[in-house]
Amino acid sequence: MNVNDSCHLDHEALKELREVMEEEFDVLISTFLQDSADRIVHLRQALSGQEVDTFTKAAHSLKGSCINIGAPLLGELCLAAEAAGRAGNLQQGQAQVEAIEQEFRHVDEALRAYLQQS
Amino acid sequence: MRDNPALTILIAEDNNTDRMILQTIVRKQGHHVITACDGVEAVEQFRAQRPQLVLLDVMMPRMDGMEAARHIKAMADEELVPIIFLTSLNDAESLAECLEVGGDDFLTKPYNRVILQAKINALNRMRAMHQTVQRQRDHISERNRQLLHEHAMARRVFDNIAHQGCLNADNIRHILSPMSIFNGDVLFASPKPSGGMHVFLGDFTGHGLPAAIGAMPAAEIFYGMTAKGFTIAEILREMNRKLERILPKGFFCCGAMLDLNLHTGHVEVWNGGLPDGYLLRNDGSWERLRSRHLPLGVLPPERFSPGCERYEAAVGERVLLCSDGILESYNARGEMFGEERFTEVIQGSRSPDQVFHRLKAAIDDFSGDVDSEDDLTLVEVTMAREELLDDLSQRLSGTSLTGPSSWRCEYQLRDNTLSQFNPVPLLLHVCMDVPGLRLFSGQIFTILTELFNNALDHGILQLPSSLKDSPRGFTRYYNEREKRLESVDGHWVTITLDHLADGHSGGRLKITVEDSGRGFDYRAFDTVDISHHQLAGRGIALLRQLCHDLQWSGRGNRVEAEYRWALPSASSNSQGPESKG
Repeated sequence: MNVNDSCHLDHEALKELREVMEEEFDVLISTFLQDSADRIVHLRQALSGQEVDTFTKAAHSLKGSCINIGAPLLGELCLAAEAAGRAGNLQQGQAQVEAIEQEFRHVDEALRAYLQQS
Repeated sequence: MRDNPALTILIAEDNNTDRMILQTIVRKQGHHVITACDGVEAVEQFRAQRPQLVLLDVMMPRMDGMEAARHIKAMADEELVPIIFLTSLNDAESLAECLEVGGDDFLTKPYNRVILQAKINALNRMRAMHQTVQRQRDHISERNRQLLHEHAMARRVFDNIAHQGCLNADNIRHILSPMSIFNGDVLFASPKPSGGMHVFLGDFTGHGLPAAIGAMPAAEIFYGMTAKGFTIAEILREMNRKLERILPKGFFCCGAMLDLNLHTGHVEVWNGGLPDGYLLRNDGSWERLRSRHLPLGVLPPERFSPGCERYEAAVGERVLLCSDGILESYNARGEMFGEERFTEVIQGSRSPDQVFHRLKAAIDDFSGDVDSEDDLTLVEVTMAREELLDDLSQRLSGTSLTGPSSWRCEYQLRDNTLSQFNPVPLLLHVCMDVPGLRLFSGQIFTILTELFNNALDHGILQLPSSLKDSPRGFTRYYNEREKRLESVDGHWVTITLDHLADGHSGGRLKITVEDSGRGFDYRAFDTVDISHHQLAGRGIALLRQLCHDLQWSGRGNRVEAEYRWALPSASSNSQGPESKG
């Protein structure tokens, strides 16, 4: 499975981040993982509560950190979710959240593995 | 990239991951970082810590970045606090909006530290430049305030000197900008001790303080010498001498001076470099008073000519003088007012009385704005009855009551000096030191002048006063006088002044004038009825009126005049000063 994580993670971006963050890199990654998990919960709650605005903002925020951390696929799924939210289409949003959850599992696993590697 | 100083930078970003990354990048670039998790917190942090640069996420809970930016810019006031918007949006429209709402730049995700550093540095340079501009602006405005203050001070000093005169006399109308001194225009007017007045309009080259500097000595000379009884020629000569000496090359004073002789109904005009003046007649006609001389301060004393033109002028006739500011005032179309418009106004006025107001209106009409008045100096001086000036000299003579009151002095002029030097101003000056006597300077001036002229003209030069009976005789008289003055060697005139105080507020001045001439049969004078004696007899008649006692002695070459004076007290109006019969 590790063999194939290149579609989930942008290794170039991660390498650069590691250079920037140095010893704080680990903290950054775990913060990202924790925050992202929280946001996905928020996305779920917003869906069940039919709160379009909250949904959109949570998707937008998650998208931003995905782009920065180097998880491009997850970022794109968030962008699609944000777009669905803006369009007020929560049904579409529901499908996107499921895809996000699935992709996040991959990213989570790949990042933890990445941390172990180094 | 040297000299990039450490800044305090506020990072407002709700997303922990992004904030951590940004914070680390910025900190590693040597800046001090403060953070906020939403817009409200960002505004509070800004208020509390006054960071120099702000990174703001566009979308944040509670208050978004754009709203926060508005608050921050408002708080920053005149200071430039650059704001960089953080955004994961990539479309041109969203990015443009960041700048439209007051952001100075934007940074897109993923963050690139090289680009961020370049942006921070660029914005900091902008900030520093803005600060410099502000500092210089403040500096300039402070200097300007200082300059205006100094101008106001200089103006006060100048006003004290220049406005001791009688510009407010009833026969003078003028336009003069309050700050005219700084565009080089001056206007002086002062009553003469002998009656009448001197008026001077000057236009110094240049602007600002350099233009004002020459005005001070000019004013001093004009007022000082006029009060002491010097003639227009003597005053002009002295002004020219002084200005030529003190003004730098290329600086001078275009000016015109008037000597109004209300008693004889004459005006003498000297114009050096000013635009044509005008003598407006009661019948509506007018004469040009052209500049016949170079400006003051140009020629060395030996080449300067104070020669005046002399005009008869009846009561109500008037002289108009202006600086070139009027002729050269521009309207909105860039045209000059010019001499033609000036003379059109004069021609279009039915009586000389209207000209001044019509000119003023025409200039206002022409230029259409108030600003132009700053450069306009215009004066109109009207021939008036002599009495008009009576109380002027009283108003101008505020001296303290200390000084010599009991004294005697003898002054003798000999030989050539008789033809070159007029001792009256000097002698008058001596008398004016007597406390209170200044109020009577006009009468004393007249007495001294008449006594000295009689001694020189009739005593020594033996000129027959009967010559002066006709206007043509006047010319012959003066020609003859010039001729005879060439051979006064061996002659002398001795003037003795003797003053005794009479109480605190009065005294008697004895003036004795003796000459080396053959004398005359003074007994004959007693029998002449002075009222029939016309102009020539006026001298003696006037002396009789002014003096308490007038006695000739010897062979008629010695005359003693006694002048008594008393300050008018509140209780008695018995002897008003300057009352002429």
